Amino acid sequence: MSEWLVRGGYAVVAVTVAAVYGLLLGGIIARTLARSQGRIGVPVWQGFIDVFKFAAKRTGISHGVMFYLGPVFRITGGIGTLLFIPMLYDSEVFGNFHFAGDIILVIYFMLFGALGMALGASEGGHPYSVIGVGRGLAQFAAFEVPFALAAISLVIQYGTLSVYEIVGAQQGGIANWTLITNPLATVAAMLSLLGSTGYSPFDVVGSPQEIPIGPRTEFQSDFIGLMQLNRAIFAAAKLVLYMDLFFGGATNLIELMVKTWAIYMVPIFVAASFPRYRIDQSIRFFLRVPTLIGIAAVILADFHFNAS
Amino acid sequence: MRSANRKDLPELPNEGLTYPDTEYFCKTRPVPVEPHFKAMEQVRNWARANSLSIQAFGTGCGAVELRPLMTARYDAYRYSVTGSATPRQSCVFVIGGYASVKTLKRIIVSYEQMQNPKFVVGLGSCTVNGGMYWDSYNTINRIDHYIPVDLYISGCMPRPEALLAGFIKLKELIKAGKCEGANKYAENFDWYKANQKKVIKNWNMPDYNW
Repeated sequence: MSEWLVRGGYAVVAVTVAAVYGLLLGGIIARTLARSQGRIGVPVWQGFIDVFKFAAKRTGISHGVMFYLGPVFRITGGIGTLLFIPMLYDSEVFGNFHFAGDIILVIYFMLFGALGMALGASEGGHPYSVIGVGRGLAQFAAFEVPFALAAISLVIQYGTLSVYEIVGAQQGGIANWTLITNPLATVAAMLSLLGSTGYSPFDVVGSPQEIPIGPRTEFQSDFIGLMQLNRAIFAAAKLVLYMDLFFGGATNLIELMVKTWAIYMVPIFVAASFPRYRIDQSIRFFLRVPTLIGIAAVILADFHFNAS
Repeated sequence: MRSANRKDLPELPNEGLTYPDTEYFCKTRPVPVEPHFKAMEQVRNWARANSLSIQAFGTGCGAVELRPLMTARYDAYRYSVTGSATPRQSCVFVIGGYASVKTLKRIIVSYEQMQNPKFVVGLGSCTVNGGMYWDSYNTINRIDHYIPVDLYISGCMPRPEALLAGFIKLKELIKAGKCEGANKYAENFDWYKANQKKVIKNWNMPDYNW
């Protein structure tokens, strides 16, 4: 009993750290993009103020039970993803809950929030929400393919379905990272990350010009505050997952922050350089080169690591 | 959510609506919402002042002055002024100059969809007294008669610098707790509605847009 209480406490600490880090990372990225445009940009802590402001709204409009549950599902997806990935390797506090086969659960959890959101946004009844949800799920289905292939490649390579063991196998220097030992899987997954972070050229889901911010159109007050908080947690969870799977994991918080920040800069650099794709272009993009690289990664992993 | 008891208030007639639109809209009146835990209100007001999201709806020619605000030259982001694409998530409504009667309908819909607390900035002389359009057949003269305004930035056009100064002044007002436009609108709802219906002849929308 007391062991579970302690582990629950550790989980709360891990989620809090991820939320704070995610919000700060959002501020840092906004500031970086502003600098690349020759501006000063918002303060780094703007994310915290925004969440607090939305929570401080005096009224809120609901459209029914599913509308309430949409953001709740969303944040469940974010926290769920985070809690089954070891944030730090070999750490008592940030080890989180891991078990054999958690990589499959994590892939499902990543979709969970988007599906819940789709139900909630549809109940809002706003036509733009529905367009955004349709685009979001279509794009999600497309960029999941290269990521799933990369994950299968890793499973073949390391012979395990546990993220914890995959991180463990990469310890002991940069030469053991998946980035070096299985570069094709890493490339396929990094291309998939461009889509899942939702920055340009794949920001058509929440396109602020034609369909005011997509699925979130109708959400306000506490709902949108919760969703912004989830955005931070989910971004941190995704980055930690990528760091664990491809970049050797981390053994302390400083290493975690440096590595995840470096991973996040990849979509940011792409976003700062490329204009937006239409939804059909973005789906075609993911189903062509990244998927082919993913298939190549699976086949080569099978030949190379599974030969015996 | 946090709202006063609306049950004893009379329902809105929604006379402008025809079936099936009558089914889609709610008949409840807005009510003023008093903040819980007054001591926290100062902190909340600080957060509201430091996170101003402007509704991206240019209601008149003055809206052209809003665009340069977001560019590198003026960079309103550094004062935590951002844009918001939907009225649901925005808290500042900038009335960009003259408002024709046709636009006024959309202004009212958008304003009512914003959540309490919400702030309105009147940009340009036209919002104060009609400006150069004061005797025009299809514009209104004082926006203050139709929705409550917290702050005016006069001029024709005011420069982006004047807008920035206006936003900083708005922040001071919010921090001082003087921007209670949403509650004022709910308290004087009948007066505002009568004024709106006086100029909008073809009223084919609900009496209050939730």
